[in-house]
Amino acid sequence: MSIADYVMWAMLIPLIGAVIISRSGHWPNVREAITLITATILIGVVYRIYRCFQFGESEELVLAEPIPGLTIVFSVEPLGMLFAVVASLLWLVTSIYAIGYMRGHNEKNQTRFFTTFAIAIAATMGIIFAGNLLTLFVFYELLTLSTYPLVVHSGNIKARRSGRVYLGILMGTSIALMLPAMIIIWSQTGTLDFTAKGIMAGRISPTWAMPLYLLFILGIGKAAIMPLHKWLPAAMVAPTPVSALLHAVAVVKAGVFSILKITIYIFGPDFIMSTGAGIWIIWLPTMTVLLASLIAMTRDNLKERLAYSTIGQLSYIVAGAVLANQMGLLGGSLHIAMHAFAKITLFFAAGAILVAAHKTQVSELNGLGRQMPLTFIFFAIGSASIIGLPPFGGMWSKWYLALGAVDAGQWAMLAVLMISSLLNIIYLLAIPARAFFPGPNGAADKRIREAPTTCLIGMLIPSLACIYLFFNPEPFYSLAQQATR
Amino acid sequence: MVSQHFGILLVALPLLAAPVAALLPNGRSSWTLVMAVMTLCLPISLSILGDVIDGELIHYELGGWAPPWGIAYTIDGLNALMAVIICMIGTLVTIYGRYSVAADIPENKQALFYAAYLLCFLGLLGMCLTGDIFNVFVFLEISSLSTYALISMGHNHRALIASFQYLILGTIGAIFFLIGIGLAYAATGSLNMADLAIRLSGSEHTKTIHTAFGFIFVGMALKAAMFPLHQWLPRAYTYAPIIVSTFLAGTATKVAVYVIARSVFTVFTPEYSLKTLLNELLIVFGAIAVIHGATQAIRQTAVKPLLAWSSLSQVGYFMMGIGLLSATGLMATMIHMFNHALIKSALFMAAGIFLYQTGSLRIAALSGVGRHMPLTFTAVVIAGLSLIGVPGTVGFISKWYLVLAAVEQQAWWIVGVVVLGSIMAIIYVWKLVETLYFQPTTMPAAPYGTDHIERNPALIVPIWILATACIYLGLDTGMSVGAAKAAVNSLGLATP
Repeated sequence: MSIADYVMWAMLIPLIGAVIISRSGHWPNVREAITLITATILIGVVYRIYRCFQFGESEELVLAEPIPGLTIVFSVEPLGMLFAVVASLLWLVTSIYAIGYMRGHNEKNQTRFFTTFAIAIAATMGIIFAGNLLTLFVFYELLTLSTYPLVVHSGNIKARRSGRVYLGILMGTSIALMLPAMIIIWSQTGTLDFTAKGIMAGRISPTWAMPLYLLFILGIGKAAIMPLHKWLPAAMVAPTPVSALLHAVAVVKAGVFSILKITIYIFGPDFIMSTGAGIWIIWLPTMTVLLASLIAMTRDNLKERLAYSTIGQLSYIVAGAVLANQMGLLGGSLHIAMHAFAKITLFFAAGAILVAAHKTQVSELNGLGRQMPLTFIFFAIGSASIIGLPPFGGMWSKWYLALGAVDAGQWAMLAVLMISSLLNIIYLLAIPARAFFPGPNGAADKRIREAPTTCLIGMLIPSLACIYLFFNPEPFYSLAQQATR
Repeated sequence: MVSQHFGILLVALPLLAAPVAALLPNGRSSWTLVMAVMTLCLPISLSILGDVIDGELIHYELGGWAPPWGIAYTIDGLNALMAVIICMIGTLVTIYGRYSVAADIPENKQALFYAAYLLCFLGLLGMCLTGDIFNVFVFLEISSLSTYALISMGHNHRALIASFQYLILGTIGAIFFLIGIGLAYAATGSLNMADLAIRLSGSEHTKTIHTAFGFIFVGMALKAAMFPLHQWLPRAYTYAPIIVSTFLAGTATKVAVYVIARSVFTVFTPEYSLKTLLNELLIVFGAIAVIHGATQAIRQTAVKPLLAWSSLSQVGYFMMGIGLLSATGLMATMIHMFNHALIKSALFMAAGIFLYQTGSLRIAALSGVGRHMPLTFTAVVIAGLSLIGVPGTVGFISKWYLVLAAVEQQAWWIVGVVVLGSIMAIIYVWKLVETLYFQPTTMPAAPYGTDHIERNPALIVPIWILATACIYLGLDTGMSVGAAKAAVNSLGLATP
């Protein structure tokens, strides 16, 4: 099979899995087995794509031509490869975790949950391998729609209200801002293909650069740039595995991934640098980093605190993209992988605490470290990686982002990066600290035990990855480097 | 050769069949006759479209009399596409009618219903195919009169009021159109559209011609339910029998929009229209229609008026596309007319299925119904997403061309209106989707048991043909975009 066939299978396998899962609702064990098998096969397919890609195979897969000259096309490039590896690995991990979580928590409609989850992964694969902006847009919207049922999973009034915010912001911004920007580029340049060095230089007046870039930064609501971030805390009503994989990895990373791709392959870093499009726009992610960290400190609900932390971390990546120099883009791309492994650990831990101890607030966690030591150790590892401490993988991406800020002379951004890291320590590491060292009157309920084994395995794998990636940040480093060269 | 007479067959077949349908003893046999007519008309219209899509013109002179004295049918991409829309929707609605008419119309009126339905169908086809502007008026009256009868067959006595209101307004519109034709005839001495175009371009732009233009436009705007002449439509669609709303929503207003496009682009030429206020009027009123229609749709508490107001909002898009007076703008309108016919017919059909199952069309009464009717619900989601314009569906293609047309002329505020209209569409579509599926329900696990209406293929097959088309034709746009291109080319405009 050629690389194009594998790319097609990467999208088809989760879809086929979704169909089988939806038919096997009466036999939960079969259903979960299918989920795990599908996820494993997907990793195999992504590995094959990676091998083919390394051997320099490049073949496009054209599905349709809805508008003359504009196709639904898929191709493989380094940045997409990086994201594909992250997403497929973490889907398997999340599936293992989700089985324990969903059963331990007695969730309803589990078949619908696993089905839509698989569809969401298929849509993510579509975004990852999109060969032009139109294809990316198609799957971007599909991802929004396929994750909507997961957000309103419980069906109560709060979930439905959150669902409206979710759909309203994500779909509204993409149609209101991203679509017109795309059509303007199409009418001016006659192409939307992702091309090395971009398609804008020489084809479009430099005065367009800033407004168009702004339309994309705000139009890609999945990147959760303030003031369009409200959907992410709202989406936390979903079951924890959803928050973990979709709202810390697949959906939000699809947002920043789109921004990186548009920066590198549509605008071209040189075009952004030469037109100065990013000089003012960079304040948006910079302020988001700072404000999100400050808000996170005030949140007592654990998942909400993690959501605001995610908003801040996403803006690191956006800031790296807007810097548009090599170090910034490299750091941003690496951070997609590094943050994914760290944040999924934190969400898994939050879910484990919910399942085992039925606690959702940070202030209720005093002394829980004695009952659930593993969970809180994993939480500490994830937090340290997000803060960017050695020996954890998160250090590398911060390192390159800081270098990028220095290269560009963005001292304010550098300062914000450092301040935000300090704030991270306060609002993240304080949680395991509180659990292990509760103080004099903070003993927790003795009946609480660790979460189900599959939940623990789910947390173990990504937290080990956080440590491993410090010593050997491959294949992510070389892929990020190829993308930004 | 029969194929030369294809154009006229489309009109002649239903015309001959209509009185027979009225005389047949019961509804079932009339239905069979109508179905036979439809199965003949649909392939004919498709073959005509296949002929003209490469840029060929079909010219047919009735009775061998050459224009400008005789009546001629001139078919290019523009009216071939309209004929396909009408035949396609007509066929699917007829399949649907096998159940729907039996449920909604009293047995003793069914034969007459089918006769009126055939007349309406042929009237709309005739308006599209003819190249003679007086002939347009004749067919307009045929379709309008039968429409009044069809609407008045609704259950509720308010259907009579709605029908009467439409009768008054529709007649005023027809009279305006007739006066316009008379004035144009007085100024030029011709009724053939192509001939009129030649004579008008040679003549001075006198007040008579201006007045004729105004009357023709206002008359048709009323039939097209263009803002602010739209009052008849929400009531008519709400109180008419489901099958009538479905057929009209897919075809009637679009034919009137077609006549306006034909007048603007063929008869009076865009250059002339530019000198009038027409394009500004179309764009401004179109924009108001988009927003006003969507606002009203959001406020509705029942399914049918919601869909009716949404139709008005879509008419606004048609108007804006024509008002831009460019090749891309006209393409956008044509593509959107085709796509909206698919979308809105599917949605009205779904409304019917919900009504037959639950006995109510209040949105509040439908909470959780979608979970027990997955086939219908999925079709509603697909059609609803197309209405919003989500990529991968037909609605996206029409929005794409409309925004492209606006960007070409740097008309940023039109881009804003299209975008705002789409976002408002998200709100009213999601109001349905959320209630149908995600709202908790008190219904038992299998509430409908053996008389589950989704098992009736007459209802499910047509709606799923439309839903599938909403996706498939959104990815393979050869037919809609191809026909639109051929049409625009035949009008002498350069396509992008």
